[in-house]
Amino acid sequence: MSASLATVSYIGATILFILSLGGLSNPESSRRGNLYGMIGMAIAVLATVFGPRVTMAGIPWIIGAMAVGSSIGLYAARKVLMTQMPELVALMHSLVGLAAMLVGFANYIDPAASSQLIGAEKSIHEIEIYIGILIGAITFSGSIIAFCKLSGKIGGKPLLLPGRHWMNLLGLLIVIIFGWQFLHSETVSAGMIALTVMTVIALLFGIHMVMAIGGADMPVVISMLNSYSGWAAAATGFMLSNDLLIVTGALVGSSGAILSYIMCRAMNRNFISVIAGGFGTGGGTPAAASGDSQPAGEVIAISAVDTAELLREAKNIIIVPGYGMAVAQAQHTVYEITKYLREKGINVRFGIHPVAGRMPGHMNVLLAEAKVPYDIVMEMDEINADFPDTDVAMVIGANDIVNPAAQEDPNSPIAGMPVLEVWKAKTSIVMKRSMASGYAGIDNPLFYKENNRMLFGDAKKMLDEVLVALKA
Amino acid sequence: MPLMIGVPREIAVGEKRVATVPDVVEKLIKLGFTVAVESGAGDAANFSDETYRAAGAQIIEGAAKLWSASDIVLKVCVPTAEEVSLLREGGYLIGFIWPAQNPELMTQLAARKATVLAIDCLPRVLSRAQKMDALTSQAGVAGYRAVIEAANVFGRFFNGQITAAGKVPPAKVFIAGAGVAGLAAIGTAAGLGAIVRANDTRAEVADQVKSLGGEFVKVEYEEEGGGGGGYAKVMSEGFQQAQREMYAKQAREVDIIITTALIPGKPAPKLITAEMVKSMKPGSVIVDMAAERGGNCELTEPGQAVVKHGVTIVGYTDLNSRLAKQSSALYGNNLFRLTEELCKTKDGIINVNMDDDAIRGLTVIKDGVITWPAPAPKLPAAPAKPASAQPITAPSAHGHGKGGAPASATKIAIIFGVAALLFLLIGAYAPAAFLGHFTVFILACFVGYMVVWNVTPALHTPLMSVTNAISSIIAIGALVQISPPLMGDLDRPDGWIRWLAVAGIALTSINMFGGFAVTRRMLAMFRK
Repeated sequence: MSASLATVSYIGATILFILSLGGLSNPESSRRGNLYGMIGMAIAVLATVFGPRVTMAGIPWIIGAMAVGSSIGLYAARKVLMTQMPELVALMHSLVGLAAMLVGFANYIDPAASSQLIGAEKSIHEIEIYIGILIGAITFSGSIIAFCKLSGKIGGKPLLLPGRHWMNLLGLLIVIIFGWQFLHSETVSAGMIALTVMTVIALLFGIHMVMAIGGADMPVVISMLNSYSGWAAAATGFMLSNDLLIVTGALVGSSGAILSYIMCRAMNRNFISVIAGGFGTGGGTPAAASGDSQPAGEVIAISAVDTAELLREAKNIIIVPGYGMAVAQAQHTVYEITKYLREKGINVRFGIHPVAGRMPGHMNVLLAEAKVPYDIVMEMDEINADFPDTDVAMVIGANDIVNPAAQEDPNSPIAGMPVLEVWKAKTSIVMKRSMASGYAGIDNPLFYKENNRMLFGDAKKMLDEVLVALKA
Repeated sequence: MPLMIGVPREIAVGEKRVATVPDVVEKLIKLGFTVAVESGAGDAANFSDETYRAAGAQIIEGAAKLWSASDIVLKVCVPTAEEVSLLREGGYLIGFIWPAQNPELMTQLAARKATVLAIDCLPRVLSRAQKMDALTSQAGVAGYRAVIEAANVFGRFFNGQITAAGKVPPAKVFIAGAGVAGLAAIGTAAGLGAIVRANDTRAEVADQVKSLGGEFVKVEYEEEGGGGGGYAKVMSEGFQQAQREMYAKQAREVDIIITTALIPGKPAPKLITAEMVKSMKPGSVIVDMAAERGGNCELTEPGQAVVKHGVTIVGYTDLNSRLAKQSSALYGNNLFRLTEELCKTKDGIINVNMDDDAIRGLTVIKDGVITWPAPAPKLPAAPAKPASAQPITAPSAHGHGKGGAPASATKIAIIFGVAALLFLLIGAYAPAAFLGHFTVFILACFVGYMVVWNVTPALHTPLMSVTNAISSIIAIGALVQISPPLMGDLDRPDGWIRWLAVAGIALTSINMFGGFAVTRRMLAMFRK
């Protein structure tokens, strides 16, 4: 295959990738979008393998490596539970990061890659290598930590080291200094020292960054790492002077950046403050503030049987799922209840907060898995106005995203965060294990409202009981 | 100065309803209004002047005095020309108007510089509007009454019984049209123990019919009958043929037929022919709720109950007045909810907010200008973002963002300035080859932004896994390193590079295959 033919194939692959992302904009076209992505990838890989830059000697190696990788990948894709999606995605980000690092190193020690370059072009090429490895390393270690946090191997609490901002700044300074050395190193082995030091610092930085971020901020972290993996690909593209990689990396990078932005907006926090760590660390004493405004009123508990009674008599029900539903694997029972109530002519819908769960769209995937039709699964903005006409709002394992303090208490750490206004329904039922506070560590005045009932216990177990009582 | 709400006596022949009831009077007074009721207004609905007075209303003798004293008049029936002339210049009128059928009335009202809210023009599809929906509340009462009228002239029990004297079969009731009235009739008849069947051209109401204890009878013909806004539309000839056959079959089988089929702005469709009536068992009953608009049965005589071919055909047009107390109470509540919407400040002053979809739809004349018909509300799922969801600007000590506030002009200027400077630097120092790639990169960022911005939040997870799979394009970087065609004799550490590249390829193909496969698996689960 000639160089021109390979280039044309790359253009085709680029278009298919763009169509692929565009296809994801709604559920009807999404399957086609995924197919476009697969075809695009197949074209890109085949054009490269049979293109002018790979000789026949490499084919066995390529086939071997791809066979190993693809069987692992397909196995993981088939086995993964939908509740484990965030972990899988985090792990996959780390692979992209690691691959970017490896490609960067290989490119640096390959004299064929830079032998013809001189002057500014050589410097730019080296900067590209340096930045590519830097981003790759941060993506790699950050994603590994995110994976460990999501799968519970490391606790979800943010690790806040003293003077951590200074440590990050110091790290950045070292990276810049060694970058300077790297550019001015005469031999490959001299440059290698600088490159290795930078890689270690970048790995540490990635670990530190994600360690400082708590569980409920994970949607932001995941989408940020998604974005980084894209930038890593783009940096690799610059390094190899390959437009396909640049375009694809930029597409993925901007996609992740948009998701991060949407997630941050849904929490009414800016990107920097999320990345810089947990709630209330920017100043003030949130603990004292919440102590002053202890919500007035009583917590009223309710039994599963009474819950079933309320649901049966309602005309309009909105279910608000949260991470607790995912943890308890309760989505199938939720669907059973939904199905039963809908057959009785009751209008049951779902209200999804953008940051519910541990990654963007987490709840939607779980509900889809449980066969809940997507046209009754509403976004926050679509459904918030309907709460006053709702008889029962049922909150399953969610806390901060239904906290009225976000609107009512300007001193609350979550003030201004858009929330689902479940308290406006005639009755709200909150399913929760205990009275413990949510991620933001603040009390939820919703629990003390007159029209709120608490159904204590494991979400799955309680919902099973509700279902039995409904059918009785 | 709080406004005075006036409630005149309805003067239409046979009309027994009244536009407000004592319970509602109390609530209106709580909103800050003063309320006047014409003497004898509630008599026909069993609300005496005394009960109104006890609720806090003034009782005024004579229509002329009441109309002239009132700022806002609440009515049930369409006002007569005489009543319009009594309306105070620039006053408010709330009630049934039917502007499409009464163009003359509209010009008369406009000439009085009135502001008129037609309760029949409520945009019913707004869920918020349900509490004000008088058409629904009145139709529900009428549907109930239709069954009672049928039971009254039907010679048998509704429910089946096994008595010492023998077995009694349950009555079979067929209800044509499962709108609000039809559904109320289904519920009432089922409650009395009858076997209830129902049909509607809109297939989506089947579940509602079932939920009330009825059985949905389908017309064996494929056509969608929803005509927008929850109303039915005129169906095709083929459908009508199939429908006629179905009705003929039902007529032979059932004891009671209640018809409720109406199409907005058109005469009622003739569903029951004389032939069908003849085929019914003697002693059967037809209640034609569409009698006022010509009737669904060919033999209906509007306003009367007649016996033809041994079948009693009830064509009463005043079903609501036959249950005046209930109808009035519900109608009064509808108007109260509307008044509440108009007077959010609870100070007895009303504000006709034309930016509110519900109010805009209701208002047919504003300050003497005809505003009917209202533009269709943006629906179904685009409710304006509630004001309360607007982000509160958080104290800056917490480092919170400003939510969705648009960037200020200075901010934009700074961003553009920085970008220009950056571009200038790159342009000044970077080599041409780099700039080519740089152009591609920047454009791709924008393309990505444009494409991804429209992604529905429900698909965020599949989007992430697909972008993940796509980012394994980095494999190409590893592929070209594995065994490139070599030029000249360079000292290339082949072994090292090859192993790094092989590892890279293996890692990225985990991503490539796994990412696409898991996305596929997820997307297959999304269904309607």
